[in-house]
Amino acid sequence: MRTRIAHIASNTFREAVRDRVLYNLIAFALLLSGAAILVGQISIEIEKLVVINLGLTAVSLFGIVIAIFIGIGLVSKEIEKRTLYTVLSRPVRRWEFIVGKFFGLAGTLVVNTFFMAVGVFAALFYVSHKFVRADALILVALYFIVLEFLIICSLALLFSSFSSPLLSAVFAFSLFVIGNFAEDLRNFAGMAHGYSHWLATGVAYLVPNFSAFNVITSIAHEQPVAGQLIWQNTLYALFYATMALSGAVLIFEHRDLK
Amino acid sequence: MVASACLILSLAGSVFVLHRTDQLRPQATLDEVLFLSSPKVIKRASLGYDGLVACIYWTRAVQYFGYRHHSFAASYDLLAPLLEITTHLDPHLLVAYEFGTSFLAPQPPHGAGQPERAIELVEYGIQNNPDNWRLYYDLGFVYYMELRDYKKAAETFERGSHVPNAHPFLKVMAAQMAEHAGEYETARMLWSATYQTAQDAQIKENAVEHLRALRVDEDVLHLQEAVTRFGERTGRLPASVAELVAAEGLAGTPVDPDGRPYKLTPEGRVEIRVPDDFPFATKGLPPGYKPQPKFHTLQ
Repeated sequence: MRTRIAHIASNTFREAVRDRVLYNLIAFALLLSGAAILVGQISIEIEKLVVINLGLTAVSLFGIVIAIFIGIGLVSKEIEKRTLYTVLSRPVRRWEFIVGKFFGLAGTLVVNTFFMAVGVFAALFYVSHKFVRADALILVALYFIVLEFLIICSLALLFSSFSSPLLSAVFAFSLFVIGNFAEDLRNFAGMAHGYSHWLATGVAYLVPNFSAFNVITSIAHEQPVAGQLIWQNTLYALFYATMALSGAVLIFEHRDLK
Repeated sequence: MVASACLILSLAGSVFVLHRTDQLRPQATLDEVLFLSSPKVIKRASLGYDGLVACIYWTRAVQYFGYRHHSFAASYDLLAPLLEITTHLDPHLLVAYEFGTSFLAPQPPHGAGQPERAIELVEYGIQNNPDNWRLYYDLGFVYYMELRDYKKAAETFERGSHVPNAHPFLKVMAAQMAEHAGEYETARMLWSATYQTAQDAQIKENAVEHLRALRVDEDVLHLQEAVTRFGERTGRLPASVAELVAAEGLAGTPVDPDGRPYKLTPEGRVEIRVPDDFPFATKGLPPGYKPQPKFHTLQ
């Protein structure tokens, strides 16, 4: 079982690399080096802040775009190309296919994030000429970004399992936006009464809460992140990704592929 | 081949037309418009990337101030809103408070002449960064330098002196303000403290410029008093600085911080020889002289 999942995952990774997904690293490197050089000339005293903020924001946005645009095609493309039938005609279960695809995409994003992180640290060294202890906090922000990717990947797969690529992209991106407003939704639920209170509370807990993952601004100011937040975010991401993946598996298991 | 030629030609054509359009609409790209003015809306729209958006707005505020400053503008309508948006997006962006007050508080041509907005900005900064003593210093500075409100300045320095790791001079400043000590002495103390504690080269340079201007102001004041005394004693004005020096028993010809002797006009006014070298001097300037705007920070 593990071997089959690993095979599907490595194939997904190879396919992403063949699709020149990692080319985004060039754009990232240009963006970061350009910003590191330019900002010092057009602003005051924020070179380091910009490198951290821009670097981590770019890591996050590039990754989310990749997660959505690759994730939405993972199942539908296989159906369209009819390669899915070849895979499923072998002793591969449908859930193994979904889980393998998830790990393949997550792996692609982790590799991509690793190279971008190297770029962020290089740009940081360029503007600061040294590393300080607080710079290690950037690793925490990067870890949270990867956790976000896991959630987005699982959601993209979930939508991909029953919808067209275009609609899946719209759903996944909408959930990413709504997920950033999850705390507002909860506040709204707190103010509502009756059915609307329960409905809003339900929606607020159902949509992914991305605001807790965003520590970029505080890390740019060298403010430490509570250890409790790290493990709670880890657990939340694992639970949520598992939930979305389970949904994807359930739908895919019952889907008529004939 | 044809496609390549078309690509290059059309690119050149579009750049040419755009260039001509820019000439038709000068400054259109720098139009003073804040499409979104609510900090809360911008914070929501930033989708959690508020740190980066704050840096963008801070850069915009710096650019706006620099552009208006160099074009001798009399109003800076967007400066306060830009700084407000910046600090709401990232309340810990200390540089926005420190430089922001320096942009907002001083009177034109050195700043926007909005000390009240500067006070609001720093108060917001203190609210969000209560452990940063420099913000209390900035606030006290605005009260003293721009509003001459000794009571408020003393209170602010006193509040700041209670912050953990606050610089000891805040206590001294609080006492100085409470006593309404000599203007020059107090101002010199503030600028010297700024020079010693600042890390930014621009701020240090600015403090040096103010200290030089303070020395000129004080020298001119004393020399002018000497001219008045000479006139009362002899019934005429001194013919030269040398005569004044001899009559008053001064130790040598008085010179400005650049080593140039002060000038005595036939009307009996003491003036500096090169006013442009002392952009913050308020005394010893020729009648009708307008100082060139110079980057000015409070700290």
